[in-house]
Amino acid sequence: MTAWLLPFLVPFIVMNAILGIVTYVTLLERKFAARMQSRIGPYRVGPHGLLQPIADAIKLMMKEDVVPTAADRPIYNLAPIVFVLPCMFIFATIPFAPGLGVADLNIGILFFLAVSAMEIVGLFMAGWGSNNKYAMLSAMRAVNQVISYDLPFIFSALTPVLLAGSLKLSDIAAAQAGLWFIFYPVIGQLAFIAFIVSTVASENRAPFDILEAESELVAGFRVEYSGMKFALIQLGEYAHVIGASFLGALLFLGAWAGPGPEWLGPVWFLITAMLIFLLVTWVRWSFVRIRVDQILALSWKALLPSTLLLLIATAIVVVWRGVPGV
Amino acid sequence: MTIAAPRHVELDYTGSERLTMNMGPQHPSAHGVFRAILQLEGETVVGVDAVIGYLHRCHEKLAETLTYAQYPSIASKTDYVAAMTSEFAYVRAAEMIGKIEVPKRAQYLRVIAAELQRVASHLLWLGTWCLDMGGALGGGATIFLYCIREREMILDLFESLVGARLLYGFYQVGGVRYDLPAGWVDTCRQTVDVIDTRIDEYQRMLEDNPFFQVRTQGVGVISRELAQEVGIAGPLLRGSGVAFDIRRGEPYSSYEDFEFRVPVETSGDCFGRYKVRMAEFRESLTIVRQALDRLPDGPISSRPGLKSVAQTRIPKGEAYARVEGARGEVGCYLIADGSAKPYRMKWRGASFSNLAILPHIIPGHKVADVVAIMGSVDPVFGEVDR
Repeated sequence: MTAWLLPFLVPFIVMNAILGIVTYVTLLERKFAARMQSRIGPYRVGPHGLLQPIADAIKLMMKEDVVPTAADRPIYNLAPIVFVLPCMFIFATIPFAPGLGVADLNIGILFFLAVSAMEIVGLFMAGWGSNNKYAMLSAMRAVNQVISYDLPFIFSALTPVLLAGSLKLSDIAAAQAGLWFIFYPVIGQLAFIAFIVSTVASENRAPFDILEAESELVAGFRVEYSGMKFALIQLGEYAHVIGASFLGALLFLGAWAGPGPEWLGPVWFLITAMLIFLLVTWVRWSFVRIRVDQILALSWKALLPSTLLLLIATAIVVVWRGVPGV
Repeated sequence: MTIAAPRHVELDYTGSERLTMNMGPQHPSAHGVFRAILQLEGETVVGVDAVIGYLHRCHEKLAETLTYAQYPSIASKTDYVAAMTSEFAYVRAAEMIGKIEVPKRAQYLRVIAAELQRVASHLLWLGTWCLDMGGALGGGATIFLYCIREREMILDLFESLVGARLLYGFYQVGGVRYDLPAGWVDTCRQTVDVIDTRIDEYQRMLEDNPFFQVRTQGVGVISRELAQEVGIAGPLLRGSGVAFDIRRGEPYSSYEDFEFRVPVETSGDCFGRYKVRMAEFRESLTIVRQALDRLPDGPISSRPGLKSVAQTRIPKGEAYARVEGARGEVGCYLIADGSAKPYRMKWRGASFSNLAILPHIIPGHKVADVVAIMGSVDPVFGEVDR
């Protein structure tokens, strides 16, 4: 009798779990950054600031929603939704434990990469619809950057795919039962570095946050957004970061593999994903921002050729030694 | 000598029109209230119009209405980031007209205050400059908070010395207003040592970072000739290869007693200016150490204690006094008419003269470089507009 309910129930649970994680990851980042900067961070709302994300959410909901007079209203209003949806969809194919996920597609990673590239549409709509020069410059930068960095992102993510011999995410995770792909000699480490760099860039996080670039473009594409629309954009960005961290943990850090009973799997998965998130955060809070032309040069002149070479090298190794995983 | 015309770069551009973008007067990296009207072709700036005057407070007129005892504490409001140096220039001008001797101890105290102020001001510059390049939600904020932490230690020193943290009124005609409180010298020594080690940390964090290097090296190059034509001063001038420092060239207030280096870089880019200021940190700390070691005993003022604000009268005459501020030459031109108030006063703000370099170096750079160059010029708009 509940069989028809399942397709609704599972996404509902996953969605809310993700929203909860995303909300609290902001607190984690703020605490982590505060410690880096010899501060304490949020402390007043709840014990050790534990209720801060909820207070933030309530504040954002109660804020006035200001729409600029000259904005292109339909595009302006639609943009946060268009932006946040792909960032939520990317969680659809992630298996949180063997058999525990919304849809373990056999082209799971392809779906992930395709959907995560779609967020650019929302970004550009936000930048264009705001009718603001800062926002428009930011939107132009966004298109440049996301296109440039999706290619190295895909190529570096394809290295574990080749090693595992499958596009299915649960297969890739299962293939690492013996050896995590980050420990795969040479190839694993290089692919992981390339993955982290291109993840940071395609997530638009510092030092690659030229879209937001508040010292030049004030707040970039979201300069005209306030209240819940701003919150949606922020939510989407963090969801994307968390999604990419989960993907990194799944591709390189053995996903749910860890000591202890099997039901601890999701916990290990969460911990490794958070480790990747903290690595990205560490980079974010210690580098100065890089310029737009330098970002593009880094992608097209260094990262893209090297990830391509890495992919070819992986293919040769896999053919030579046989697929290790399956 | 003819002044070089502001540079306009004509790009091979086939688009329909240029984009005019306002940066300021309300902008996260405006360093106050500065408006730059940028002409953009894509991301490249082809022209810049600098608009100033948003912070004008009639300082020069105000000086005519206040007595020589009153104005020094107001003078600190011109350059509120390095408040000590503007007071310094004002009282020196008054002392030059009145030929007033300053006791040796007061001279040393003035040097200590001025050099600590230079360190505090450079700390704020480093923090805000990195904030411009690194963003409030990125690595820049980390450096900014580190710098603010160290600046706080210096402000604490000033607080125990003067009672104020930002605008002091420490200098007065004939000497200084306050003597050192008990234990101040030891605290000061400790602070200087701590800041010395922290500067090592900043240098390790920034100079070895390739992102920092590509953002600063070769950006906003000021040639030696251009620097001299436009008349910039201070770390900007020394960053372009001109070894000019008023403390060395025209020693005042016993600067000839101290051993220090005048750091010079020849590259003329943002990185060169950064190197000059980082070296100046060290030199200022050395001067403070020397002054603390050799601090003579004696009175702190050659004039009797003030009983009324109109007590200090300067004879008829005029003088131009200049001191080396954190941003360059801070000058004060004073005309006295024999009363307790000056007849006319004119400021030469270092930031104001340095700002004139912007239209010469910004065109041809990307939008992101505009804020990097602005930050490396280190303007304080209280001093630009007075």
